[in-house]
This record gives sequence, C-alpha cells and structure tokens, in this order.
Amino acid sequence: MSAPTAVLYDVPGPKARARNGALGVVAVIVVAALLAFVVVRLIATGQFEGRVWEWILYENIQLALLEGLLNTLRAFAVGAVLALAFGAVFALGRLSDHAWVRGLSTAVVEFFRAVPLVVLMFIFYFGMPSVGVTVSTFTAVVVALTLYNGSVLAEIFRSGVQAVPRGQSEAAYALGMRKSAVMRFVLLPQAVRSMLPTIVSQLVVLLKDSALGFLILYPELLYQARVLGSSGQLGRPLLPVAFVVALAYITLCLLLTALAGYLERRTRRVAPAPAVVDEGA
Amino acid sequence: MNVLLDNLGEFGSRFLGTVELFVLSAVASLVLGTVLAAMRVSPVPAMRVAATGYVTLLRNTPLTLVFFFFAFGFPLLEIADLSFFTLAVVSLSLYTAAFVCETVRAGITTVPPGQAEAARALGLGFGQSLTLIVLPQAIRAVVPPLTSVQIALLKNTTVAAGFSVVEAGGIYQVLSERGYSTLVGLLWVALGFVVLITPLTLLQRSLERRWSASSGGAVKAGAR
Repeated sequence: MSAPTAVLYDVPGPKARARNGALGVVAVIVVAALLAFVVVRLIATGQFEGRVWEWILYENIQLALLEGLLNTLRAFAVGAVLALAFGAVFALGRLSDHAWVRGLSTAVVEFFRAVPLVVLMFIFYFGMPSVGVTVSTFTAVVVALTLYNGSVLAEIFRSGVQAVPRGQSEAAYALGMRKSAVMRFVLLPQAVRSMLPTIVSQLVVLLKDSALGFLILYPELLYQARVLGSSGQLGRPLLPVAFVVALAYITLCLLLTALAGYLERRTRRVAPAPAVVDEGA
Repeated sequence: MNVLLDNLGEFGSRFLGTVELFVLSAVASLVLGTVLAAMRVSPVPAMRVAATGYVTLLRNTPLTLVFFFFAFGFPLLEIADLSFFTLAVVSLSLYTAAFVCETVRAGITTVPPGQAEAARALGLGFGQSLTLIVLPQAIRAVVPPLTSVQIALLKNTTVAAGFSVVEAGGIYQVLSERGYSTLVGLLWVALGFVVLITPLTLLQRSLERRWSASSGGAVKAGAR
C-alpha cells in the first residue's frame, strides 16, 4: 500500500498532520455513528434479546446449519471440479487449429458468459420440466455453476496460454514435439502457474455464486437460514441467523482468498528466466 | 416464438425493470466506488482502514446474502419503509461499489509515479493531484475493466428476481401461470441478456485494443 500510493501526497508537515488527524477523527465518528445507529436499531427491535439467539444452543439446529454448510461445500466442490474440466476443454477448443472447433467453442463460451447465472439455474430447474426432464435442485445448481464459471475459466486458461512467450512453443516445435505435446508439457504448465491466483479467485466467485441456489430452494446455507429465520417457535431469529451465516461465508471466502494470495506470493518468488522480456510492466 | 409475441408486454416491462435497476445501481456504484478508492489511497489512516474493511467485507459476501440482509433483515429494523426495488438498488450498488473501488485503485497504480511527483512538485495537494492529474490518466486503464464490472452488475440484477422485484429473470412465474412454456420463455430471457451485453462487450474490447498499446498495462478485474 505504501509504495505506489504514498507518492500521491508529501510527507505531512505539522499543518497537514493536524488536518489529517482531524479528518481521521471525523471519519472515525462517521463510521462509529453509522455502526451505532445500526446497533441501536438492532437492540430497539429486539434482535439481541436472548430469545432470538436461543436456537444456537439446539443441537438439531446446529446440525441443520451444518448440513446447509455441507450442501454449499458439496455444490462448490462438484461445481469447481466440473468447471475446471469444462474450462480446460473449451480453452483448448478456442486455441484449436481447426476453425470450426474454434468457432463452436467461442460461441459456447461467449454465450454462457453473457447469460446470468440465475437465468441458467432457472432454465434448468423451472424450464426443463416443461420438456419432460425433471432436474434436482443440486443438479441445476451444479450444472449452472459449471457452465458459467467453466466459461470464465476457459477464458482465463486461454489468456494464460497466450501469455506464454512465443519462444517457448517455437523451441518445443523445433525439438520435434507435436501440437498436443507442446500444449501438455510446455504451454499448460507455465500457463497454469501464472494464472493460478486468478483461477483461485474465480473459485471464490464460484463459492459465492453457490448461494444463488437459494433462489431455486437448493437446501444450502442461506436456505437453511431462511427456514430457521422464519420459524415462529424460535421467535423469528432472521437477523441473528443471517449474521452467523454471513460469518461462515466470509470465513470460507477469506480462506480461499488467503490461498490465492499465498499462491501468488509463491509464484512471484520464482524468478522468470533471464532471457524473457517481461511484457507486463 | 408465440411465447415471446403473446407476452411481449410482460417481457418489455420486465426488461425495462432490469435496465432501470442496472442504470441506477451502475451510477450509484461508480460514485461510491470512486469515493472508496480515493479513501483507500488517502493520507488519513482511519479512512484507509474503513474503506479497506468495507471492500474486504463486501467482496467476500455472496450477493444473495447482501440481498437477504436488505430484503428480509432491513424491514425488521423498522428504520424506513422502502420498496423492494429501492432495496435491490441499494444491495446491488453497495456490492458492486467494492469491485469498482478495487478496479479504480488498481488503475491509480498504473499511472507513472512521475506524474504524481510532478504534481506535488508544483505544489498540488492530495485532492488536487488525485482529481486533476492521476484520476484523468487512470481512466484509460480503468474503463475496460470497469466495463466488465458493470457487465457483471447487469447480470447480477437477476438476483433481484428471487426477492420479488419486477425484472427479466422472474418471468417464469408469469409464464407458467399463463400456461406457456417456461423453458422457451427463459431462453428468450437468456437471448435478451446476450443482446443487452454484446454491445457492452464489444465496446470494452475496442477500448482495450485502442488503449492497451499506449497505456502502461491493463488492470485485471474479477468477473463478479
């Protein structure tokens, strides 16, 4: 944060320090006031009363939430594996030497990137039964996640392969490798390594998108939260449950993001070959 | 074809709802996101922390959960009686602003440091350097990825369908009530989105091509 942005202002002198201090105090007051207002409203409407937090002690509710979490993770895991496979296949298709393969793959990838994920899920869950195919919510969620994120991943893979310096593939061809060998042994390993952080961030997106399953009533975390939150017996603890669920999502995403950051640092540690001109800068 | 023609009014009003949601949230998220980006590079530590916290929180929360809080949670607080449409605009804007902030901030770092140093040497303060020197130059690096962010926003408007806002994604309910094929209807909706998004994508590609040759380097943007 310091190096690129500190260039925007001088080292503060006594006057600027006083001004920045004052602005800092104002900022703290504004943020604190906003938070305080929300907390006051939460207290005033009884969201912090013991009764609406009681559910957290019940074992079957803990199990229900855990099951929701597992369903979320299940959709994420299956969706991630399938999306990676889909992405790999269509990235290769877009890089193919045959124009019709390239055209077809481009059309598929561009279509699924343009259609909203929610509409894809609706098509599979609400649309398919009208042609006689009944699809479970899990399948609808996973297929939609695969098609959308797979298309985005295909673009990521493709740009990764294209970013590998030309000399690499030329050298491989000069050694007598065939097209598939060049791809498998030379281009893909380098592309995957350079794109790994981007791939993981796309997986974070996939995890977040799995929450859209809520809209077609896939029993994932958010759905369980809705069911729990509207239960009259427990005093309709909608907000308390939502807070807990939000915490779970944020933790999961931060863990994945931390993984992305770790991978990025690790790839950066490996110095690029000295002969390669860095085009990124 | 009948599904589309017989329900043209319904499709029309719903896509109008989508466009309304998109335009309002796009403007709000661009303004809020730019302000947040300015906060993140400002000399005031408290502002930096606040903006960073906001961005981290919102970027790691599913949009559906943000909607959940505003559509179901907000009315419980009894602060104001807002329509689902307003709440949807608020959710979309707050969520997208975090991504706009990251993109603008990344764009700011692509401006050569010499520019800001020269501005400081001329005696310009932080606000002046940022608004007169750095941001205008950052626009070139920022607009293509910002277009991606806004395309994502356009697609995200469909999440509002789950929270009873009139927009294109929710059309299946009307169609199945009227006895039309929901599959065909939803495929038309998908096509409608392709039609809405294609000009934006083409604009983004041409801007990228035109500007990438001379500018420092493109900013990577998340798809969502």
